[in-house]
Amino acid sequence: MSDSTAIVNGAPADAHEHPHPPYQRHHFESMGQQVDATSFAMWLFLLTEVMFFGGLFTAYLIYRNWYYPAFVVGSHQLDIFWGTANTAVLITSSFTMAMGVWSAEMRRKGLLVFFLVMTFLLGLAFLGIKTIEYGEKIEKHHVPGFHYSVQSFVDSRSDKEVFEKYHDKSLPLDMARHTEVYFSLYFAMTGMHALHMIIGIAILAFMIVRARAGAYTTGHITFVENFGLYWHFVDIIWIFLFPLLYLISRHGY
Amino acid sequence: MSTTIVSLPDQSTARVPKTNFLTKENGLLSWLLTGDHKRIATLYLISITFFFFIGGALAGLIRLELLTPQSDLMATDTYNKVFTMHGVVMIFLFLVPSVPATLGNFLIPIMIGAKDLALPKINLLSWYLYVVGGILVLYTMITGGVDTGWTFTVPLSTHYLNTNVLSTGLAVFVAGFSSIFTGLNFIVTIHKMRAPGMTWFRLPLFVWAHYAASILMVLGTPVLAIAIVLVALERTTGIGVFDPAKGGDPILFQHLFWFYSHPAVYIMILPGMGVISEVVSTFARKRVFGYTAVAFSSVAIAVFGFFVWEHHMFIMGVSNYSTLVFSLLTMLVAVPSAIKIFNWTFTLYKGSITFETPMLYAFGFMGLFTIGGLTGVFLGTTGTDIHLTETYFIVAHFHFVMVGGMLMAFLAGIHFWWPKWTGRMYPEKISQLAALVTFIGFNFTFFPQFIVGTLGMPRRYAAYPAEFQILNVFSTAGATILGVGYLLPLLYLAWSLKYGEVAGNNPWQATGLEWQIQSPPLTENFVEIPVVDRDAYDYEWLERQKEKEVTTSVG
Amino acid sequence: MSAKQEQHLSKHDQLLHDFHDNLDHVVPPRIYIIVGSVLLIFTGITVAASYADMGVFNPVVALFIAVVKATIVVLFFMHVKYSSKLTKLTVAGGIFTFLVLVGMTLADYVTRAWGRW
Repeated sequence: MSDSTAIVNGAPADAHEHPHPPYQRHHFESMGQQVDATSFAMWLFLLTEVMFFGGLFTAYLIYRNWYYPAFVVGSHQLDIFWGTANTAVLITSSFTMAMGVWSAEMRRKGLLVFFLVMTFLLGLAFLGIKTIEYGEKIEKHHVPGFHYSVQSFVDSRSDKEVFEKYHDKSLPLDMARHTEVYFSLYFAMTGMHALHMIIGIAILAFMIVRARAGAYTTGHITFVENFGLYWHFVDIIWIFLFPLLYLISRHGY
Repeated sequence: MSTTIVSLPDQSTARVPKTNFLTKENGLLSWLLTGDHKRIATLYLISITFFFFIGGALAGLIRLELLTPQSDLMATDTYNKVFTMHGVVMIFLFLVPSVPATLGNFLIPIMIGAKDLALPKINLLSWYLYVVGGILVLYTMITGGVDTGWTFTVPLSTHYLNTNVLSTGLAVFVAGFSSIFTGLNFIVTIHKMRAPGMTWFRLPLFVWAHYAASILMVLGTPVLAIAIVLVALERTTGIGVFDPAKGGDPILFQHLFWFYSHPAVYIMILPGMGVISEVVSTFARKRVFGYTAVAFSSVAIAVFGFFVWEHHMFIMGVSNYSTLVFSLLTMLVAVPSAIKIFNWTFTLYKGSITFETPMLYAFGFMGLFTIGGLTGVFLGTTGTDIHLTETYFIVAHFHFVMVGGMLMAFLAGIHFWWPKWTGRMYPEKISQLAALVTFIGFNFTFFPQFIVGTLGMPRRYAAYPAEFQILNVFSTAGATILGVGYLLPLLYLAWSLKYGEVAGNNPWQATGLEWQIQSPPLTENFVEIPVVDRDAYDYEWLERQKEKEVTTSVG
Repeated sequence: MSAKQEQHLSKHDQLLHDFHDNLDHVVPPRIYIIVGSVLLIFTGITVAASYADMGVFNPVVALFIAVVKATIVVLFFMHVKYSSKLTKLTVAGGIFTFLVLVGMTLADYVTRAWGRW
């Protein structure tokens, strides 16, 4: 066989003993094998992501156990409206992504581009809402390590809007200090999640360009499908982050 | 009865095949942008060897310092940096990728009858990530080193040190992803790319061992990644997740760190055990005793390996009840390893044993790994661990399994598959001598450390009580001999590239698909994808083949 | 290609055809709409539940709902319901390892308070 193995060259156009579609790589014996292998590879990658976030969930569970009152008042600082909105945004984006994969399977280019663009916009909306939320935290000095203030926790009445909703009791100083651990985990977990969103959105932008050129509507949908798996996974992480961080207990004392 | 099984072609007429994966394309870019698993394995072999000798030089410095009880060769801070870098380089840049990234990469597609791994681009990415990790480690060393110990224990690494924790953490993070992608590639390949007829239970045990190690790489390494990220965040922003002053728990770091680092030792040893299965079978001319048991033991080691990590933390302040549970589980994880040793021994029984270099290393492995493994039992028992932990007993234990075990297996594999990789044989006499020198040097270096550890000498100290000096001197003397034992292969293997005898397809008269193709292999491995209809280690089939004398190389 | 190889390859192709995850089975949009709606409804339920005082059951209910949501995303959006046994086993393996990490680490923390023998 005369084909080059340097991957910088594309698959050459010369005649083969065994004809196969142009997007089948030469080390695979059939398209079925290639599709299976790449899909399995994506699932294994998602397993690594599960374990990566797993460390953060472990830390969360331990400290929530130790410092429950601090976690409760800390979570009251998160706006339930924005959190719920973000959850709805992400669920919808998962829906549009699944519809995108379906459109690719049906070889409907226009529809595919539409759904990819919707997913992209919803992803941006999620990040926009996150920016608003992070902004609120920065304003109130609830960012660990950056002039962190326990004022709202040692004197709960000093934070009027939150006090009106939940009537939290003021915490003793040492427990109030542990709210910094809560916010550390909040930023670490949502930050890591947001990073994965950003990467996903960037790939979506790339895919929209390629989809418009018809790359995914000729029967070779693996890229869209595997990206869909990634996107749904990021949604699942948020499905757990939302109740753990926002919904610890919204019934006041 | 002959004393060697080596069967080489007539040297006056034999030539290394002109068309092979090494000569297929020329130019730097054809190597740096290659998708060929064999070329990537070669790139890895060169980089791993480079970092091995750096780690070895650091070891030399450690042993030099420990010649005298005082901390007189270097300041104690410097000593801390030296042993930390030795650990980081040897573990992350040598032991973890050693067999999988070189021999595994090279052999797995051929052994299962495929043209390449499932994801060649990811394979190349793995190598580049390794190189970046290596460069970051070099950067760390040049800019002052890091002295936390390779275990990065908090709060030392997050609050009390001014050294390059961040760059080392980043290096390990990047190298970790190299490992993850290699493991991921292997799992997909072994599941999806086997040739027709190559069922799971016809696979060579080398493949089973790598499959098990790959599961550990994929599931364990990400937890190390998040532990490093948290340390980095703690160091730069003071978020408080490990800081007791803010309510954090330093032990949490250790849970996350050892959740990876214990399976890591199995990532390191399982591929080596895979090599030993192949070597023992070939040089005893017998199929491995209890194939199924060895295959399942590999997977069992991987699974149980996830349940025992707290045995590295018995004295750290974890609950007594959890130490009970983890101690019991540690006893269980020793069983599959023992099963493998028994099965290799039974393979030898009534076999036709010859003592070529790979077999010498394999014998070394079997003995030294057994000793190292048995000493692990003392450490897994909480009561004795309290006295032995953080002493030289631990240092001796892990060097017996890792150097006496894993490194010997690596050398066994390199020698065994050298003719397949390069088309040339290594020089037998000097390599046997080197193996002997290594074995002697190893025992002189590390056996005294068991004694000195039991007597109470702590690890990671530049200065020690004077009564331990003589054993330390023995140990350093042994280390010098060991160094010679490792330098020799570097020299004679390089020599053999030009002057070694032409090997032919199957100098060892071994079974296995890799020995049915030319040496070095074609880029696409097989002219036709083979159809497999026999089990592994089928020596009867080999006898019948010899009678037919069919050559399958392309000139 | 030899006759034997041809025979084996067609059988091989047959086997591969059986492995096809999704090219043969297309999930209809109707399913996605139902799943998406269920997810949104459950989100509303879980928010409402956090306002109710159920004592120790608050986190139990919240986690339970989250697990249900994640499960239907995995089964339907990620097509695992229609996928091969290998895929299902892979997902199970990942969940299992995650539970080992969380569970056995927590075992240490929970039992610390039990004090010395």
